[in-house]
Amino acid sequence: MESILLKDKVRGLEGYFAAGGYKPLKKALALKPAEIIEEVKKSGLRGRGGAGFPTGLKWSFIPKDAEGPRYLVCNADEGEPGTFKDRELILKNPHALIEGMAIAGYAIGAAHGYIYIRGEFTAEAALLETAIADARAKGFIGRNILGSGFNFELFVHRGAGAYICGEETALLESLEGFKGQPRLKPPFPAVKGLFGSPTVINNVETLAAVPAIMERGGAWYAVIGAGKSAGTKLFCVSGPVNKPGVYELPLGVPLRDLLEKSCGGLKAGKKLKAVIPGGSSTPVLTAAEALAVNLDYESLTAAGSMLGSGAVIVIDESQCMVKLLQVLARFYHHESCGQCTPCREGCGWIEKLLNRLEDGRGTVKDIDTLYSVADGMMGRTICPLADAMAMPVMSFVKKFRSEFEAHAAGRCCPSEAPGKH
Amino acid sequence: MPFKLSEEFKTKAAHICAKYPRKDAALLPLLQELQGAAGYVAEEAMDALAQYLELPYARVKGVVTFYTMFNRAPTGKYHLQVCRNISCHMAGAPGLLAHLRAKLDITEGETTGDGLFTLSAVECLGACGSAPVMQVNEDYFENLTAEKLDALLEDLKHGKHPLKR
Repeated sequence: MESILLKDKVRGLEGYFAAGGYKPLKKALALKPAEIIEEVKKSGLRGRGGAGFPTGLKWSFIPKDAEGPRYLVCNADEGEPGTFKDRELILKNPHALIEGMAIAGYAIGAAHGYIYIRGEFTAEAALLETAIADARAKGFIGRNILGSGFNFELFVHRGAGAYICGEETALLESLEGFKGQPRLKPPFPAVKGLFGSPTVINNVETLAAVPAIMERGGAWYAVIGAGKSAGTKLFCVSGPVNKPGVYELPLGVPLRDLLEKSCGGLKAGKKLKAVIPGGSSTPVLTAAEALAVNLDYESLTAAGSMLGSGAVIVIDESQCMVKLLQVLARFYHHESCGQCTPCREGCGWIEKLLNRLEDGRGTVKDIDTLYSVADGMMGRTICPLADAMAMPVMSFVKKFRSEFEAHAAGRCCPSEAPGKH
Repeated sequence: MPFKLSEEFKTKAAHICAKYPRKDAALLPLLQELQGAAGYVAEEAMDALAQYLELPYARVKGVVTFYTMFNRAPTGKYHLQVCRNISCHMAGAPGLLAHLRAKLDITEGETTGDGLFTLSAVECLGACGSAPVMQVNEDYFENLTAEKLDALLEDLKHGKHPLKR
């Protein structure tokens, strides 16, 4: 299977040209915006940031008759633990993102685009700035692009360290210079987004797929993958496998193939215990469940989890599930923006209960409390951060209850053993 | 001590503000500029920036305290930021942190007496495939071991930056 996104030797403009780069933009500018949206709809492309919403449909929600500016925003605030695909994509193929944004900007009638990139990615932000300047020098960004009359300015905006800004409305708040606290929806960003104007927000990987779809057609893209999960996906594998890293594979690939064929299996002496298939927020799968599942939106939903960002976190038998959940709880508690009570308090309680269990002060009742606190958070907040905490808690407790009970019975793991805890 | 925004800063700031339809949207990038120059954002700097952008001081302070990358006090010359999230945890981050604590004789949030190193534990840095990972100032160091860490600290102590030879 050829790679659509992760290619070699396309980092610079020359290499990108040699691979046919910026031809799709020229092609797109000869079409009507509605025709581009139709083509993207036909491709079946869905949001790669985690939610999996159909991209063409999202673009079509921009009101046709809205006056005033419209904005295109790229979400490069890659922060979901286990996820490192957008970083790789930016480093390898920055022009695919820039070209994808120019096409998307034209399709939705936006004259301004922003790439919101997490603050820690300094080198990646600098690389994007350079790539944008190169594209501007050749007339692919800026005024009257390729003589079409279409103007599109593109800016890089760096975040400053807040996981919550990966949530699209928190990202907009942050981009406007506020604390990253999510907004109530409706109104949805397509109607009232950045600076109160209609806005489309797409993930890096989603936008980077657009040039290939323009060049080769929606129908070509739609047959790659598995049914409603069309196209290729970047899977980022971390944990004790021989070759961790980012792999571009067609959606629907068996998780077993990803681990065994792409990653060369688990490291010697390691035995698979569990897999978190789509980033730390998605429900954990047992080894048996993981080895039977295919990596696409529908299969993972059927298996009780989610494709999420495609971040496959491999957990082996030497790891303690209570400890790992404690690590996640500390993270979500730290990253809760504090707006909604169930999340602000719930994440705190969950961390406290897990600290108790880890310290050997926990009881069986604490395990049930843990589950019920998580259950009480689900779906009761402005944004999905509470769900993102609750889902690992409920799945860890359900599937690995014996480990929690062992902790409650005083059989805890040794603390702070180097390399382990 | 009164804080005055430099002319150089104001020139840069005007350029940054022009990227947005409202200049207060430039608050984060301008704070990043101030921190880039001074290493941290002082109370007086927040006050000066608030006046420059015609914003309430509370808005600026709220933003500075919300985002973890803004330092409100000077850090050491090298800010060691060790990721402790799930993938780095499994790859041995707690051991690395313990190693650094012992070696530098400081705990997270502290700076060594010579002002060289500040130690922080941070959340996911988005480089989980090469865990464990540590960011030193702006640069990533990946696939770390205690030995690599020791070699890196030696280099930094002697003013050598391994990525910028």
